[in-house]
Amino acid sequence: MALLFAFFAYIINNAVLNLQALGKTFSFDFLQEPASYDINQTLIEYTSRSSHARAMLVGILNTALVAFCGVILATVLGFILGVIRLSNNWLASRIVYVFIEFTRNVPVLLHILLIHGIMVHFLPLPKQAISVGDALFLSNRGVYAPRPEFLDGFGFTVAAFGIAVIAALVFRRWAKKVQEDTGKIYPVFLICTGVIIGLPLIVFLISGSPLVWEMPKMGRFNLQGGVMMLPEFLALWLALSFYTSAFIAEIVRSGIMAINKGQWEAAGALGIRRNRVLQLVIIPQALRVIIPPLASQYLNLTKNSSLAIAIGYMDIVATIGGITLMQTGKEMETMIIVLLIYLSFSLVISAFMNWYNKRIALVER
Amino acid sequence: MFKRASIVAAAAAVVGIATGAQAATLDDVKARGVLHCIVNTGLPGFSFTDANGNWAGFDADMCRSVAAAVLGDGDKVKFIPATGKTRFTLLNSKEGDVIFRNTTWTFVRDVDVKLTFIHPTYYDGQGFIIRKSKGVKSAKELDGATVCIQTGTTTELNLADFFRANNIKYTPVPIEDSSEARKNYLADRCDAYTTDASGLAATRATFEKPSDHVILPEIISKEPLGPVVRHGDNQWEDIVRWAVFALIQAEESGVTAANADEMAKNPPNPDVARLLGAEGDLGAMLGLDKAWALRAIKARGNFGEIFESNLGTKTPIGLERGLNALYTAGGLQYAPPFR
Repeated sequence: MALLFAFFAYIINNAVLNLQALGKTFSFDFLQEPASYDINQTLIEYTSRSSHARAMLVGILNTALVAFCGVILATVLGFILGVIRLSNNWLASRIVYVFIEFTRNVPVLLHILLIHGIMVHFLPLPKQAISVGDALFLSNRGVYAPRPEFLDGFGFTVAAFGIAVIAALVFRRWAKKVQEDTGKIYPVFLICTGVIIGLPLIVFLISGSPLVWEMPKMGRFNLQGGVMMLPEFLALWLALSFYTSAFIAEIVRSGIMAINKGQWEAAGALGIRRNRVLQLVIIPQALRVIIPPLASQYLNLTKNSSLAIAIGYMDIVATIGGITLMQTGKEMETMIIVLLIYLSFSLVISAFMNWYNKRIALVER
Repeated sequence: MFKRASIVAAAAAVVGIATGAQAATLDDVKARGVLHCIVNTGLPGFSFTDANGNWAGFDADMCRSVAAAVLGDGDKVKFIPATGKTRFTLLNSKEGDVIFRNTTWTFVRDVDVKLTFIHPTYYDGQGFIIRKSKGVKSAKELDGATVCIQTGTTTELNLADFFRANNIKYTPVPIEDSSEARKNYLADRCDAYTTDASGLAATRATFEKPSDHVILPEIISKEPLGPVVRHGDNQWEDIVRWAVFALIQAEESGVTAANADEMAKNPPNPDVARLLGAEGDLGAMLGLDKAWALRAIKARGNFGEIFESNLGTKTPIGLERGLNALYTAGGLQYAPPFR
């Protein structure tokens, strides 16, 4: 204990003395100063006159965005790949096997550089952008899509959407109860999807379609208007998702294989179709094996997003831990902030996954 | 639990270690026998690795001159390549003794970041390069353009200010080092690339068809580039400063790498005699010997020679002396008197 304390005393004292020797102060006042640099992807209002604190927030949101999108895509992809890997179709299973082995045995940084390189070098310039149905434009400056512009009266559609979601949830609960009581199965998924899409659509048409699309148009240099996704964001998102999905696929596979073969046979003996067995019997049990390692994959993905630095995606490492550090010379302070931000990201993810793990845990009686 | 006495003992030991570690840079360099010099990771003309894998360029040669003055041999240099972001940390953590890496002298870096700037060895300004085919004649026509930029440098701030002042929009593409920036520019990831005008000329020289690219006329900033040392070591600061001045004075006095030895034996005037150590002992005041400046000049030549062999009009970089000519030729380079 004394040794540990001495160690901490040493490093803190050393840092303070070294800062003193350089004549530097330890203070976070710089966060209020104007940042004076521009950021190419901002989820909130930001100009070069905004403060360093705001630039930090932009970076945090950019990290959160790529981590969130990455977790979603990696999970969906990972589950699909994991299930296909176990399929009886030899070809499908082999293709997925090769994909997984390639993806997880190559460092994620190379995936990021590879996808970024392909986008920058092989996609055409904005003038010759590949157009997908005249709505999506692919170019080496980014992917452009039309931006929705909401007119008066769109509120009704939003309200209808809310009502539809609540109705679907109520119906789902009711259908589950009916199934438990009588064994009668409703096509819950189809009906819910129908209601959630259908009701807002009808309201939308009745209220006179209060929505227009702002199309990207060719300006002097780039496409202007619409929504744009930078190649840096896309490369990072896809690379992180593919890489992590390979690990998730293996976790899902091992989770499913951990379920006793007898479960399949018992369900089969009741005359339930294979897809339903997977959905109702196997996956719910497999989840208990899958969730804990899945949580650590989510943490890895979030932390790996700091590799954004290699291609210039403006995450927290690039804003507060990069440009702000450089322009203010506050190495110690900015690095402490970056460390704390990653720590909080990780703790939030862990807390959520632990909560979910408890929720689905086997209830022993 | 722990005992209070052991904490006090540990803390005392810590203070002892930390204060004992303070030593003068000159002593460190002499003891090590090698000068640790922080340079650019690769900027043709300034500091880059040539075809044989040796460091070359204007900044690299300046380093060798300082090494020759201090250690007697211009080859006793270890080059430490650094990006815009890592250079000051490398200096402050004592990984390097001096930065010779086209670094801009600014108020904040000097006063608040606590660096000591020696003297501008290259007076520069930030410009833009763009493909001729884009038909742009002025930087003010760049509204809506995508601009590649080295992140963590003053160029980033100047760029933001320039576009804001002219009320035009742009998309910055931040990139870590200059070779990466060159690749992205050539792949047309960005319409224009901005950095110091010397850097643009150096970069353009490496292109397959330099004439397809045009450097726009606007120079949007002042960029006095020069060596940097840690704050608070005045002796070391003086050594680097006067080594640089010795090169400038040598050019003014007509001392070259070829004639320096001869000049030292038969100095044409007292100024040259003091500079080359034939008269007085300026070297001792720096903690060096008499021939320090002579060796600095002999290593790679005087200021003009270093400029012409690395950046001058006869090189692929092809830069005019411009502001970097001696004051006697209408430039800004001026060494205080050696007396």
